[in-house]
Amino acid sequence: MDGLAHQFIAGIATGGIYASVALALVMIYQATHHVNFAQGEMATFSTFIALTLIQAGLPYWVAFVLTVVVSFALGVAIERVLMRPVQHAPVLTHVGVFIGLLLIVGNLTGWVFGYTTKVFPSPFESEGLLFGGLVSGHELGSTVVTLAVLLLVYLFFRHTTLGLAMRAAAYNPASSRLVGIRVGWMLALGWGLAAAVGAVAGMMVAPVVFLDPTMMLGILLYAFAGALLGGIDNPMGAVVGGFAVGVLENLAGAYVVGTELKLTVALAIIIGVLVVRPSGLFGRVVLSRV
Amino acid sequence: MSATEEVPAVPVLVQAPPRSAMATWQRGALVLLGLAAALAPIFVLESFQLFQLTMAVIMALAVLGLNIVTGYNGQISLGHGAFYAVGAYATAILMSHGDWSFWATLPVSAAVCAGLGYAVGFPALRLGGLYLALTTFSLAVAVPQILKHRAIEDWTGGVQGLFLVKPDPPSWLPLDADQWMYLVALGVSAVLFLLSWNLIRSRVGRALMAIRDNPTAAEAMGMDTATLKTRAFAVSAMVTGIAGSLGAVVIEFVAPDSFGFGVSISLFVGMVVGGVASIAGSIFGGLFVLFVPNIAEEISKAAPGVIYGAILILFLFLLPDGFAGLLRRLAARWRDRAAR
Amino acid sequence: MAALLEAEGLTAGYGQTAVLHGLDFAVEERGVTALLGANGAGKTTTLRAVCGMIRTGGAVRLAGERIDGRATEEIARRGVAHVPDGRGTFMELTVEENMRLGAYTRPNRAEVDADFERVFGYFPRLRQRFRQQAGTLSGGEQQMLAISRALLLRPRLLLLDEPSFGLAPLVVQEIFAIMRRIREEQGVGILLVEQNASLALDFADQAYLLETGRIVVSGPAADIRRDESVRRSYLGY
Repeated sequence: MDGLAHQFIAGIATGGIYASVALALVMIYQATHHVNFAQGEMATFSTFIALTLIQAGLPYWVAFVLTVVVSFALGVAIERVLMRPVQHAPVLTHVGVFIGLLLIVGNLTGWVFGYTTKVFPSPFESEGLLFGGLVSGHELGSTVVTLAVLLLVYLFFRHTTLGLAMRAAAYNPASSRLVGIRVGWMLALGWGLAAAVGAVAGMMVAPVVFLDPTMMLGILLYAFAGALLGGIDNPMGAVVGGFAVGVLENLAGAYVVGTELKLTVALAIIIGVLVVRPSGLFGRVVLSRV
Repeated sequence: MSATEEVPAVPVLVQAPPRSAMATWQRGALVLLGLAAALAPIFVLESFQLFQLTMAVIMALAVLGLNIVTGYNGQISLGHGAFYAVGAYATAILMSHGDWSFWATLPVSAAVCAGLGYAVGFPALRLGGLYLALTTFSLAVAVPQILKHRAIEDWTGGVQGLFLVKPDPPSWLPLDADQWMYLVALGVSAVLFLLSWNLIRSRVGRALMAIRDNPTAAEAMGMDTATLKTRAFAVSAMVTGIAGSLGAVVIEFVAPDSFGFGVSISLFVGMVVGGVASIAGSIFGGLFVLFVPNIAEEISKAAPGVIYGAILILFLFLLPDGFAGLLRRLAARWRDRAAR
Repeated sequence: MAALLEAEGLTAGYGQTAVLHGLDFAVEERGVTALLGANGAGKTTTLRAVCGMIRTGGAVRLAGERIDGRATEEIARRGVAHVPDGRGTFMELTVEENMRLGAYTRPNRAEVDADFERVFGYFPRLRQRFRQQAGTLSGGEQQMLAISRALLLRPRLLLLDEPSFGLAPLVVQEIFAIMRRIREEQGVGILLVEQNASLALDFADQAYLLETGRIVVSGPAADIRRDESVRRSYLGY
């Protein structure tokens, strides 16, 4: 029974990571109606930046904040340089640019930081397990951080003028311009935020799965699955979906298929959701952009 | 009212320039020239270079498959590496476990891949461009894991993969195995290219493109878009799968990790760079996929992927119709000048 | 003193098709100028051209300063509020959020809150609907919301695209009555596009009559209203 409870809680901890990445995906989806295939690679790159800063002697949380800021700036820059010129191009072009971005960022990571697997520190080191062996310090800490980030993002979108303007720009760009919103910058800001949230996810997951250039590939898949499960146009849905997928994955891994088919579980969830309920659990009906 | 006079004139319909009526002998000469160019490498190239060229031909075929469904029918697939892998494994399993001859495995591989393509095409019907891209992307990432799985290890050889042996050339031909494989790949590809070319120029081909450009109108005109789209997926998977079969036997080895999502990405990049919705573009795509990573590696040993990605983005920005489109435009300009 | 808005040789079009063929018109400070004409004459296009939503030629000046060629959001920030064709409601957002967006460019929260009250004075119904999703409003309420959103920008110039469109006659009367008040109390210039010529001519000082992208008649609204032949041949009432 303890085993099951621990699997469940561990699932929540990884689910938090999926939820963050899913949220990043949904933010870009809401702003641009595209899914950023390079989101995982960007997060990995950010995590390597964090590791470099920590190894240079900075305290963990200073490195953490710096990494988030740098990632935000990189996200904005990528939107300005790569996405803006093709904003009116067909979907195929966007997918192509995302793939190009994935290749560039993914390989740049290996090129700059090396291909060896590295240990990434956790700020929540604790001796053994807490609460009678149910949860490790890192699991608890990373879940709290993830929830805090999600809460911040929620507050930002719900209760600040800038957040409101970003939502407006996503829903109705033409009307947004008429009230003076600089729509192009809102998109860039969305990219920046997504990159920052992705960076946090990367730093939280790296102590568990170890850091290497392909660290996020599987996580991205689970995040896709979570985003789709919750409804790709619904940030809260994406978060719930992310947590659900995390628990599902852990339970399936422990009791049903074993760890060898983890990615296939994600694929199955994605196909299942798309076939059975394409709008996800909480989403509005999906309009396909063919 | 004076206003009516200045209503912009209806644009004069420009008549398309008549297709240059090539004399039969000219065509014949061209075909012969092409044939000679295609066969010359057998006698000119070293065996490793010939092997590379063989792989380029095979990649061109695989890109062609992708082009049928993505380029011509607008269903974005980022997972065609999966069909390539299934084709390769079908041939490898039949040859190493069943001692089948290579030729006998081809129809089986084609059928299996077509069936799988059909199966993927069904859920794809319900997915708009982006969701399909996402799903097929996931498929591409998951493929090696599925291939490694214990349940099918007896057949697939698990992580170790399977070894197989190139077919011997017929005894009446004075060729070695590599030269013969080049001929085989070239022949099979040529047949499939011709068939695809005919398909695209037929009523079905026009329907596929109509569905891509305006699905609502296509449906309103009475096209059975669902059937056409799933069949396009099946044909596309079949062509790429056959390329996989050829690839397996040329390399004489299949293993899960050589079919990671890198293959799918390569095919996608090849399609974009060669020319989306272009038969000839697929050939350039194949050459690109095989040779450019090597060249890129010479520029920078560490990160050919970076250059690969940069080239992809550059093409999307500057030459969205790919190399084939560039050639077409250059040819048009040359014709214009010649006509003047 | 220069007019609030001056257009000189304004041209515009969509893609290859030219729609406006060189318009000259003006809106005075605190004045109301009406653009009249049949469907397809280019009225909506003119408003879009003024606030930079489409590519234009010629010159557009706001209080003497060139605004042509600038981005729509920059023109809005200079005090041009546009109530677009179709009303431009943010359907997914609440009435409150729609109004907050209207005041997006204004930093002073206290002033904005005061303006909220002023707008509620014109349209008390919006106060009742404050927390409701804007997509659930009736057509008339959405029109009110659109005008409110525009007013909250504290505009110098208000562009109104067919405020009567699709509304019941009584609602139209109500909205025009309120617009008269707005005009007197807010000190904005208004460029009004209207199919309902009699309504528009009652409201406006100046009027221009458009036909296939050209101005065919212009002058004080009162004169045009009295001109039997213009009324018969162009306005159809």
